[in-house]
Amino acid sequence: MEIFLQQIINGLVQGSVYALVALGYTMVYGILGLINFAHGEVVMVGAMLALSALTAMLGWGVPPLLALLLSVGLAMAGCMALGYSIERIAYRPLRHAPRLAPLITAIGVSIVLQNLAMMIWGRQYHSFPTLFATSSHVIGGAIINDIQIAIVILAVLIMAGLMVVVHRTRLGRAMRAVAENQHSAQLMGVDVNRVISITFMLGSALAAIAGLMVSANYGLAHYYMGFLLGLKAFTAAVLGGIGNLRGAMLGGLLLGLIESLGTGYIGDLTGGFLGSNYQDVFAFFVLIAVLVFRPSGLLGERIAERA
Amino acid sequence: MSIDSTQNHINPVRPDPSTGSGLKADVEGWAGFDKLSPNGIKNSSNSINNCLLEVSDLQVAYGGIQAVKGISLQIAPGELVALIGSNGAGKSTTLKTLAGLLQPVSGEIQYDGNSLKNIAAHQRVSMGIALVPEGRGVFARLTVAENLQMGAYSRNDKSEIASDLVRMYELFPRLAERKDQLAGTLSGGEQQMVAMARALMSRPRLLMLDEPSMGLAPLMVKKIFETISDIAAQGMSILLVEQNAKLALQVAQRGYVMESGAITLSDEAKELLGSEAVQRAYLGG
Repeated sequence: MEIFLQQIINGLVQGSVYALVALGYTMVYGILGLINFAHGEVVMVGAMLALSALTAMLGWGVPPLLALLLSVGLAMAGCMALGYSIERIAYRPLRHAPRLAPLITAIGVSIVLQNLAMMIWGRQYHSFPTLFATSSHVIGGAIINDIQIAIVILAVLIMAGLMVVVHRTRLGRAMRAVAENQHSAQLMGVDVNRVISITFMLGSALAAIAGLMVSANYGLAHYYMGFLLGLKAFTAAVLGGIGNLRGAMLGGLLLGLIESLGTGYIGDLTGGFLGSNYQDVFAFFVLIAVLVFRPSGLLGERIAERA
Repeated sequence: MSIDSTQNHINPVRPDPSTGSGLKADVEGWAGFDKLSPNGIKNSSNSINNCLLEVSDLQVAYGGIQAVKGISLQIAPGELVALIGSNGAGKSTTLKTLAGLLQPVSGEIQYDGNSLKNIAAHQRVSMGIALVPEGRGVFARLTVAENLQMGAYSRNDKSEIASDLVRMYELFPRLAERKDQLAGTLSGGEQQMVAMARALMSRPRLLMLDEPSMGLAPLMVKKIFETISDIAAQGMSILLVEQNAKLALQVAQRGYVMESGAITLSDEAKELLGSEAVQRAYLGG
């Protein structure tokens, strides 16, 4: 029972991060029909930027809380600029090209970013500095620490905020309008390019926060960390129904739970034949299963437009 | 008529290139629409013949095919002009180009005395140009109310938007009943109402309608055309594209007939309705 609860907690924490990253995939897909495979690298850049800033500021004697807030702000700003640039330079010229072209470009951007990050930050793991004395709490035999609690709460707040923006504001309405019909949106006076840029920037800001969360949770950051995380978050987006915001959140949390429970019990279930080192396999089982049995994802149903 | 930039009174004229006798003032109709026109009437920018829209020698190519082959047309303020013609004549292409969704190969579009060259589609909306596209283009996953709010996207006069919203629900009571429903769940006729109300929410000075009767039941077509007449009677300038030539010419003041990318006839709507050539080609008589 303790193991079960512990895996649920781990799953929720990991799932919160997946959800934030999945939102970035799904927002861009919803608006452009493009799978932005470079999104995982934006998460990595966010983590690296935050970590570098944090380490530097702590070295200058900036108080930890202030240093953390400034680093988050810097990482978000940096990632928003990066997301904007990726769209502007790599995707916009291919807006009307066959779908394969932007997809390959996305993979190219991803490779470029990985290599740039390697050149800037090196191949080594960077450790996340200790900012505060964090304590762990025991709930029903399972352990959860302050950082994990903060991750889940922050993720929930951010997701709620995003839903408010998308469903209650003029900008959000414009985003949904552009996602549905770019021509009609233009006829309403919407600057479609601007809305697309803002969408990339919003997704990238979420990615920056997610990057910081991952590196804080594991205490590490690395130039390659975005690759697997990006693929898993993409899986989460597909699981929930790509293009659907609620789907991305649900898919993220579910994938976190599936992965965590799978990792926790795979040893028992296979009589020790497979161990927890197979943890990455679950996400891709899920991806294949969704693509085979429910390609539109859990919440990916669309209302048909009447003729 | 001479060019007089100091003139301050409203004197819109109905140009009529075929007869040259279209110098009719239409002051009441245009002024009556003032309440829906936030910017008022720009007298300073009157062109020579007081056209709201003047298209000269417009050519548009669409996917390698020249769809519009050098057409010219004018619309005076407050005028309802029909552009009729068979399927594939280039009518929709013309409207899309006027709205800025397509770029012309050559030719000139003057709106309110200014060239629309290099003005993006979304910028034309705040200049007062609205297009209700063919197939309506409603946002199926937005509610009816959200669709109408999108129509007012280019405006930021909040209280005025709210009162216009009320006016739209008066104009289309059916939409008031369904305002929280997703637009994709409405019938075709109701979606046409959404599309028209949404366009009106931008407070256009030139409303362009592309095949508003398409795919609608006869009763709904009647209702939509009554509404078009009502809006026109309030002084809105309207460019109406229709395959249903008879209906369009019945509500319009003037008409243009378009055939394979060129305008072949233009006259008062009454004359076109009675014309043998139009009867034979488009009115099934």
